Amino acid sequence: MIRLENVSKTYQQGVPAVDNVNLHIEQGEFVFIMGSSGSGKSTLIKMLLKELEPTSGEITINGQKLSKIPRKKVPNFRRDIGVVFQNFRLLPDRNVYENVAFALKVVEAPNKEIKKKVPMVLSMVGLAAKYKSLPRQLSGGEQQRVAIARALVGEPRILLADEPTGNLDSANAWEIMHLLEEINERGTTVVVVTHNSEIVDKMNKRVITIKKGVVVEDRKAGESNVV
Amino acid sequence: MWYNLGQGLKNIWRNKLFSLASIATMSACIFLFGVFYSIGVNFSEMVQTAEEGVAVTVFFTEGVSKDKVSAVEQEIKKRPEVAKYHFVTAEEAWESFKKDYFKGKEELAEGFSQDNPLANSEHFEIYLNDVSKQQELVKFLQGLDGVREVHQSEVAANTLSDFNSLIGYIFAGVIIILIAVAVFLINNTVTVGISVRREEIAIMKLIGAKDKFVRAPFIVEGVFIGLIGSAIPLVLLFFLYQGLIGYVAEKFRFIGGMIQFVPVADVFRILVPVSLVLGVGIGYVGSRMTLKKHLKV
Repeated sequence: MIRLENVSKTYQQGVPAVDNVNLHIEQGEFVFIMGSSGSGKSTLIKMLLKELEPTSGEITINGQKLSKIPRKKVPNFRRDIGVVFQNFRLLPDRNVYENVAFALKVVEAPNKEIKKKVPMVLSMVGLAAKYKSLPRQLSGGEQQRVAIARALVGEPRILLADEPTGNLDSANAWEIMHLLEEINERGTTVVVVTHNSEIVDKMNKRVITIKKGVVVEDRKAGESNVV
Repeated sequence: MWYNLGQGLKNIWRNKLFSLASIATMSACIFLFGVFYSIGVNFSEMVQTAEEGVAVTVFFTEGVSKDKVSAVEQEIKKRPEVAKYHFVTAEEAWESFKKDYFKGKEELAEGFSQDNPLANSEHFEIYLNDVSKQQELVKFLQGLDGVREVHQSEVAANTLSDFNSLIGYIFAGVIIILIAVAVFLINNTVTVGISVRREEIAIMKLIGAKDKFVRAPFIVEGVFIGLIGSAIPLVLLFFLYQGLIGYVAEKFRFIGGMIQFVPVADVFRILVPVSLVLGVGIGYVGSRMTLKKHLKV
């Protein structure tokens, strides 16, 4: 599903942001990638989305070697990965429904499909009643649900969440985590990048810890924290 | 497609001030283009009329045979720069001379009735479709057998042809400057549009929107600005032109015979498609250039 082989990324300053990372994430897994700021998490995510090219090594996602995907095919590749951000990144001038429908419109899905899928995914994240609200009328937790709905509406095989609870209080953070767990149970591979160790510990999932660009620990689900 | 069309129009609306500035400049460009074109068309019409009045006259050597005259006629006929020509016999020449110089005193001319003083003045009058070719033609005619003299109005011909090209140069210069200004402004508008929508574009790209899809609304924006920016001045020009020729015809009847305005329909038959193509083209090129520079998708 997601395979990184000897992946390194060095920016112009010379210090590697990601240093010889080897990883394998199976289809249907729920994985946390842990690390403090500056650990190389963001660089890793950007490489997974093919926003950045690794300096060396090879990334394979859904059987495709990223280095072999031509520029023109990048949009198609990205349609198979849903992304959720810490700051939600919703369009402020559009309501909940439009924000979610946006994800289907930009991939030129037919209207019929949009009308069917958007209400479905909104009810899945528990926001069917607020489809007309603008993002600023929603709480942080609700905004993140909209973002998750937007990431999921295209039915990607992988959901990549970059600090999804970073801007949320504890109660909302837990709700989002449970939602992600539910999505995972439906078959979607979920990769959550976070530095919130409390959540990571309680969720009892596989945890990959990165420090200064190097994988220092890969703990299987159910194993106890030894670091 | 409808989505992009809608987004393009929304861009214009969200970006009101800049769009308005672009439309205004585009309108000014197309308006000036229209003014120059209308003046140009009328001028070249006048020049052409004047050109048609400039003739080259070919006289023959004394006692020239009819065969030689018709040989010269054949040569004249072959020349592409000749618009029309006609043969004036000695009698016709005398009649016309009498009319011009003995008006009211025809009896004075009667003395010559048996002996045409212009017996040797049969000639061809040649009118050109392009005065700048006059020298060439005159030289050619002078070299023909049986030709005694070739008359021409060199000054008139040169002035007209110089004037013609001067108008052309000014016209081209102004248009080039205006197009540059319009492209620059569309550039600015689209750049602002891109920076306003930077976040949206970033999200679109992450969600998997194709380059074409991200670019389309901005192209729509540029093309629409071009379309509106050329439609407004065309309407304005139509009424202005019509009003002006009506006004001149009314107030200055005495010059009515001298100046013939090109009818409004004739001017706009060319001006409308050219302006629309120009406006839409500038809008398209302007936004394409900006996207290439600022939107690395």
